[in-house]
Amino acid sequence: MMLGPIGFTAPWLLLALAALPILWILLRAVPPAPIRRRFPGVALLLGLKDDDSVTDRTPWWLLLLRMLAVAAIIVGLAGPVLNPEPETEGETATGPLLLVLDASWAAARDWPAQEALVESMLAEAGREARPVAILRLADPEPPVFRAADSWRSRLAGLAPAPWAASPATMAEVSEILGDVRFETRWFSDGLARDGRASLLEALEARGPVTVYESPAPVLALAPATVTGGAVALTARRAQAGTPREITIEAHGRDPSGTPRLLATHRLQFEPDATEATGELALPAELRGRLTRFEIAGQAHAGAVTLTDDSLRRREVALIAGREDREGLELLSPLHYLEQALQPSADILDGALIDILPANPDVIVLADVATLSGAEQAALLDWTEKGGLLLRFAGPRLAASDVSRSEEAPLMPVRLRAGGRTVGGAMSWGEPKSLAPFPEGSPFFGLELYDDVTVSAQVMAQPDPTLASRVIAQLSDGTPLVTRKQIGAGQVVLFHVTANAEWSTLPLSGLFVQMLERLAVSSAVAMPDLSEMQGTTWQPVKVLDGFGQLRDAGTLPGVDGEALITDGLGPEMPPGLYEGPDRRLALNVIRPDTILTPTAWPARIPVRGLARPAEAPLGGWLLAAALLMLMADILASLALSGRLFPARAALVALLALGLPQGADAQTEDKALRAASEVVLAHVLTGDPRLDEMAHAGLRGLSETLYFRTSVEPAEPIGVDLEEDELAVYPLLYWPVTPEQPIPSAEAYVKLNEYLRTGGMILFDTRDANVAGFGASSPNGQKLQRLARPLDIPPLEPVPEDHVLTRTFYLLQDFPGRHSGREVWVEAAPADAEQVEGMPFRNLNDNVTPVVIGGNDWAAAWAMDEMGNPMYPVGRGYAGERQREIAYRFGVNLVMHVLTGNYKSDQVHVPALLDRLGQ
Amino acid sequence: MSLAAPLRARAEREAARLPPLLARAEHLAGTVLLGEHGRRRPGLGDDFWQYRPVQAGDERRFIDWRRSARSDMEFVRQREWQIAQSVVIWVDNAASMRFASDKGLVEKSDRARLLALAVAILLNRAGERVGLAGAELAPRRGEAQMMRLAEALTTESDEDYGRPASSGMVAHGRALFVSDFLGDIGAARTALTSAADRGVQGVLLQVLDPAEEAFPYRGRTIFESVGGTLAHETLKASELRERYLARLADRKAELKALCATTGWQYGLHHTGDSAQSALLWLFRAFDGGPAR
Repeated sequence: MMLGPIGFTAPWLLLALAALPILWILLRAVPPAPIRRRFPGVALLLGLKDDDSVTDRTPWWLLLLRMLAVAAIIVGLAGPVLNPEPETEGETATGPLLLVLDASWAAARDWPAQEALVESMLAEAGREARPVAILRLADPEPPVFRAADSWRSRLAGLAPAPWAASPATMAEVSEILGDVRFETRWFSDGLARDGRASLLEALEARGPVTVYESPAPVLALAPATVTGGAVALTARRAQAGTPREITIEAHGRDPSGTPRLLATHRLQFEPDATEATGELALPAELRGRLTRFEIAGQAHAGAVTLTDDSLRRREVALIAGREDREGLELLSPLHYLEQALQPSADILDGALIDILPANPDVIVLADVATLSGAEQAALLDWTEKGGLLLRFAGPRLAASDVSRSEEAPLMPVRLRAGGRTVGGAMSWGEPKSLAPFPEGSPFFGLELYDDVTVSAQVMAQPDPTLASRVIAQLSDGTPLVTRKQIGAGQVVLFHVTANAEWSTLPLSGLFVQMLERLAVSSAVAMPDLSEMQGTTWQPVKVLDGFGQLRDAGTLPGVDGEALITDGLGPEMPPGLYEGPDRRLALNVIRPDTILTPTAWPARIPVRGLARPAEAPLGGWLLAAALLMLMADILASLALSGRLFPARAALVALLALGLPQGADAQTEDKALRAASEVVLAHVLTGDPRLDEMAHAGLRGLSETLYFRTSVEPAEPIGVDLEEDELAVYPLLYWPVTPEQPIPSAEAYVKLNEYLRTGGMILFDTRDANVAGFGASSPNGQKLQRLARPLDIPPLEPVPEDHVLTRTFYLLQDFPGRHSGREVWVEAAPADAEQVEGMPFRNLNDNVTPVVIGGNDWAAAWAMDEMGNPMYPVGRGYAGERQREIAYRFGVNLVMHVLTGNYKSDQVHVPALLDRLGQ
Repeated sequence: MSLAAPLRARAEREAARLPPLLARAEHLAGTVLLGEHGRRRPGLGDDFWQYRPVQAGDERRFIDWRRSARSDMEFVRQREWQIAQSVVIWVDNAASMRFASDKGLVEKSDRARLLALAVAILLNRAGERVGLAGAELAPRRGEAQMMRLAEALTTESDEDYGRPASSGMVAHGRALFVSDFLGDIGAARTALTSAADRGVQGVLLQVLDPAEEAFPYRGRTIFESVGGTLAHETLKASELRERYLARLADRKAELKALCATTGWQYGLHHTGDSAQSALLWLFRAFDGGPAR
């Protein structure tokens, strides 16, 4: 039964309200019980009659109070519930339930809400014993109806994918639905897609369908492009309507390689526009370090756009031989290069030695024959590290002895003396034209122009390696462009001049295209299909549904053509792909992606994700009834003269006075911590969590006390804002999404603490379900908490980390969960394992942070009697896990207190002995 | 033999109460006695009082020749009046006196005994003879009498309201009645008139509890006398207050009128007030006698 937003579980009890008037009359008729009093003056009272008009009945307000109390009890027992879960009527309310999740990138933003809603539905289905199946459209599997509880444990693994279901997938889903009747609840991401309608029909054929979707429009960020000198940013949204301002964050690396927020930019959506554009002007140097743009606060893959080489303006250093023909600009060896590169690259001018430290991407040597020894060595070094050296021939090169008798290190081929001239006034034949580019050449697929002729060139000496180094040749088969790999870089030689003296190549558009293909300039964003044929692209970084960049790990490579033609999917997640000579970003949002909101048919009920929580009111009403009865007692006492004001005031005073006198111990907190070893935990503001952390550290302290010579005192909760941190060797910091971010002063203290040898153990307590630092609310909170901290690079605990042997020999670090990865400060890059030694010589100090999600405090927690407070695992295995958790704690404290003592190679023989080797 | 032990125990307990009462009474009397010596009027006694000129009717043998020789007139030497009077005390020991409305207050009977004994001590020091009414204890002098008085005062009666005893009065003696006078006023009237008939004058001290004066009760109440013989039920005690106070005022007025007609002095004492002021008043009342 429903009364507005309130429903009743036992509405028939409300009939008892009808009895209230009778109770009124009864109560009214019965006067309060008399008190017996000794009173000598009674002799004077004898014979006095009570006045009838003032007969002492219960006063009306007291009656009303009692009536209200009784009514509250009746209503409370009738089980009122605010915003009760609507029960679906009909036969399917007990039948199987199918939860369809779009699970696309657009759903990632509302994932926590969706997850909570799904969880509550699963709980509800579990109560009603309905079999449930969950179908993720992004990654469909045939629905299997199972008990709801078995789904609840898998819920955390159903994270949204960084792509969306294609029409084909949806058609496929319609096929695998089977022919059972079920009720469907569809969690939509709010974006229209082809294929939705047909799938909806298929679902409706099997039972009622309800759609749940968030009314907030999806925001997405289109790939950034370069226009002029600035980066053009375009944000789109699914629905126009209200003006809205969003912040775009540009992330990248700082000069030392640490990821940082480089810039922010605000975009304004006009009320009736679904697109907002803006230009972000960044210095070229900064632009080169960009890795991605994202819309602040939108944690989904569509709000992230990765940048690849296309955003970078390449730095090209142009160096010519002696420029002694001043004034003849069109004859300058660099003129055409400058014209070709100006729009898309930054051109550096200067002496070679001065330019090299700036580490340009490309160095062009136009008709430079000889290099000094120092220049040559530096240039070679630069090339080996990935530089592209582009050389052009010319009279000076042709006249020199460079690479004559043997191949010079910075020349791709040996040259014959003198070169040749064709089609000139003094020579035979006609100027030569270009031959089609061979397959495998970077120029393969470029269209040839007839008017490109070559009248003079330097000739390559025939060598066994020559054929493999030619990437462009003339129609008579003589090499025009040759290339040689040097280390990670390459040197490319154009056998003609960079000006129009020897050929018309620099005058044609082909020249620019060739430069582009060589990645000298990179004005083109996406390679075209012909260029991609036969290439394989290896993912380097991939995006997950929440827009987090992760290492691609062992994901297989992707065919180059597929990269352009196919949509995103499990085989090809969005991310950064590395090809033969460049990197390509594959984003969720393409430049032409349009976001359209869903339009469900009117017959489908659409609900929001945030339905108001079911609030049972019975308890409150009963409590209110109890309070009213208390008030009734006081009032009755007062009425019958048994309540003495002085006494009542005394009681009230006592009650007020009780909670005082509790705030005297903050003073000696630091003193206590300084005089003994004390483990400390950061107060998060969540009393239950703080209590758990406290109990956990107490359990660990007990364990340490019994097993080691460390004898800690009772642990202390630390308020980061107020307390002195230096006196605590270890801070245990459980992470909740709700806890406040500490102030700047607190961070100063924390950094000081970390720098002076303190350690913080961060515990996200979510078993790293979604991977380190990723999408779980705790993980995100951890990132925000730890951002201002001065934390060195981290790595998962290596097998030979000192933590694995400070007291016990351990390889796992379980807590209440047994998640795999625990992160500590990374080993120095030059740490090498010596033959015969079981471990490397690692860090010389204590790792400042240990990050994990195994909920250690819960595993450690002991009550006052020393009994464990939270269950760990099941049976003996669980007890074993708890034991290992204690051992981890012991090792951790030992590590904090003794540093790298156990890292000393002195212990090797003993350790080897214990390891049984 | 079997009764001996409880009897002994009760006797011990009763006896233990005596010295404190006596001591407190002595202490109280001591504070009042200062500067209040003598009767300050001529009469029979040992101490010199004054010389006064001979008047007609004075016998010759009363002339003090030594004094007269120093002047032209003849003087008579007078001594301070030291004639011993008999004072009979009646203290109400009925159940109604064993009432204190609050823990911080003493019972009326306690205050009444204390005042009576203190007055007795003062009178004893002034040379009067003090006894108890009802022929329980004839008026005598001396410290031993004080002990006996104290012992006699600690007896308690089971009656609900006390009745003043007029027997045992010495003619033309003096008397002190201490009670709450809440019971039948007829007994008091009878006692006072019979005392007045025998020339006895005295002081009537009404001791009341503050609660009896204020009647701070509300709600449905059954009032019982301390002895339990009388009971009165009301549904709304607060409604009775006015009428009760009126009756109390009537009772006081009646007592005053009674005292006025019989030449007694009427005093009212509340247990909430200090005992010393009451004692002072009592002492002055005795000192001044009926003439004042």
